[in-house]
Amino acid sequence: MDDDFIELDRVEKVFDVRRKTGFLRRERRSVRAVDSLSFTVARGEMVGYIGPNGAGKSTTIKMLTGILTPSGGRLRVAGIDPSRERTRLARRIGVVFGQRTTLWWDLPLIDSYRLAHRMYRIPEVRYRENLDRCVELLELGELLEVPVRQLSLGQRMRGDIAAALLHDPEVLYLDEPTIGLDVISKSKVRGFLRELNAERGTTVLLTTHDLQDIEQLCSRVMVIDHGRLMYDGALAGLHEVGESERTLVVDLERELPPIEAAPARVVRVEGPRQWLAFPAAQSAAELVARIAARYPLLDLSVREPDIEAVIARMYAGGTAQDEAEKAVS
Amino acid sequence: MGAGRLYVAVAAGGFRRYATYRAATVAGVFTNTAFGLILVYTYTALWDERPHLGGYDLAQAVTYVWIGQALFKTLANGGGGVETELMERIRTGDVAVDLYRPADLQLWWLATDLGRAGFELLGRGVVPFVFGALFFDMALPADVITWLAFLGSVALAMLVSFAIRYLVALTAFWLMDGTGVIQMAWLVGWFCSGMLLPLNVFPGALGEVVRALPWSSLLQAPADVFLGRADPLGTYAFQAVWAVVLLAAGRMVQAAATRRVVVQGG
Repeated sequence: MDDDFIELDRVEKVFDVRRKTGFLRRERRSVRAVDSLSFTVARGEMVGYIGPNGAGKSTTIKMLTGILTPSGGRLRVAGIDPSRERTRLARRIGVVFGQRTTLWWDLPLIDSYRLAHRMYRIPEVRYRENLDRCVELLELGELLEVPVRQLSLGQRMRGDIAAALLHDPEVLYLDEPTIGLDVISKSKVRGFLRELNAERGTTVLLTTHDLQDIEQLCSRVMVIDHGRLMYDGALAGLHEVGESERTLVVDLERELPPIEAAPARVVRVEGPRQWLAFPAAQSAAELVARIAARYPLLDLSVREPDIEAVIARMYAGGTAQDEAEKAVS
Repeated sequence: MGAGRLYVAVAAGGFRRYATYRAATVAGVFTNTAFGLILVYTYTALWDERPHLGGYDLAQAVTYVWIGQALFKTLANGGGGVETELMERIRTGDVAVDLYRPADLQLWWLATDLGRAGFELLGRGVVPFVFGALFFDMALPADVITWLAFLGSVALAMLVSFAIRYLVALTAFWLMDGTGVIQMAWLVGWFCSGMLLPLNVFPGALGEVVRALPWSSLLQAPADVFLGRADPLGTYAFQAVWAVVLLAAGRMVQAAATRRVVVQGG
């Protein structure tokens, strides 16, 4: 049970989209937002869930909270079928949307917390403890009496995170929790989440476009595109899957024609400086030795692959594959 | 019991949210009073010409005007309650947040709207009414029972009013842009609740029909209880039937709507 705290087995979600094609004429089309998606998340895991816009991330989260019903497959959170028992599940989960708020816009922050106290029927002592803890760690002390509409985006975000945690949820879904935040606010939010996961063992599923969120928080990352799981594993493993490349920057004594050192290839030349891309798995030392033997070398540096570039390549690959499939069918 | 306390807290929040905007309240009180004056003089001219129009004498007609102004925002006959906010949340997809809560969507918004209505009654209703009573000859009930019976009818009117506007708001799930529906609801609500003229004035079949429609629960019904022209229990029954029917309809539409939540902006 604890190993598959969240469990998806060939889950699908198909939307019917009606499009106007003429006067009173409608064309019906099915869009497969989530396509045979299977994964499990163990209790206490912190998982990054990433993908380009429209990949099916939010649809997945909506199904996990029960506000969307899957078109097919099996889905369980803590043993509960979310869409059948949305309200019962709601007491055990927390949801934070970077771009939406659960807080009462016109009223002081504390009023929204008092309401959560009632809504989730949190025992008095528990409520006090959790509130005090959130207030301390998220630095909300001076904000409690301020109407939400007067808070900055970063303050409101921290306020929303606290609101989602007062009832000790076993799992927390975060959708873009650091969107639009400045560096300091981001680091505060990340620090808090790390501590929450470590101390309370809260399971966290994090959707983001900010890969630093993933690098700093998640040991596991799932990449989804076109409703399908493209990658599931450690962040480091993405490099291999994404066929990532490292870059060797060499400064020569003078301008020379592009260096020949296969499998590395020159990707850019700027005066005496040249950039060579080579497979991440290949040893840089051997490559450097070969170049140094044949070229007048002044200086060099190696750049590690950029995870964003890796993922971008993966998305592009997925699209290309889709195009190919379409062309065949 | 726990759930009851939640919705009381939601209603209290609704009350306080509307109480936040003091300048708007003051401006509203002024508007209601000014509009009441315009109507009073119009009615006076009309009743001079046609005494006992609709069975009211002039004092009753004037009382009717000030009751209308006192209840105008409370019952949101012409709209302006929580439905605007709910429609906006549906349009932007923020309604997803409401659905994540372990609470019932309809009860949640009902509680919010009752809190709002309570504030509007005290904040915007009392002053125009007292103004009318001070400066005009009004037919005020002599006994406390009638006053209480009137408040009972107002409470039921709040339910019917919410039930209508909730249905209006839910259309946003299908239409996305609710401007047209809101305007329709405003026009129908304004006329059919008796805000323009008491419904008793309308003759023949038109009169029969508008008096049977749910909107007559909003102003005509409590006003007639106040003026001692209607039996409170019969009025309550009429209002309660509409409240139950419309709230049930709201639940059915809500179920259909949430089944098709393709919440916007995923």
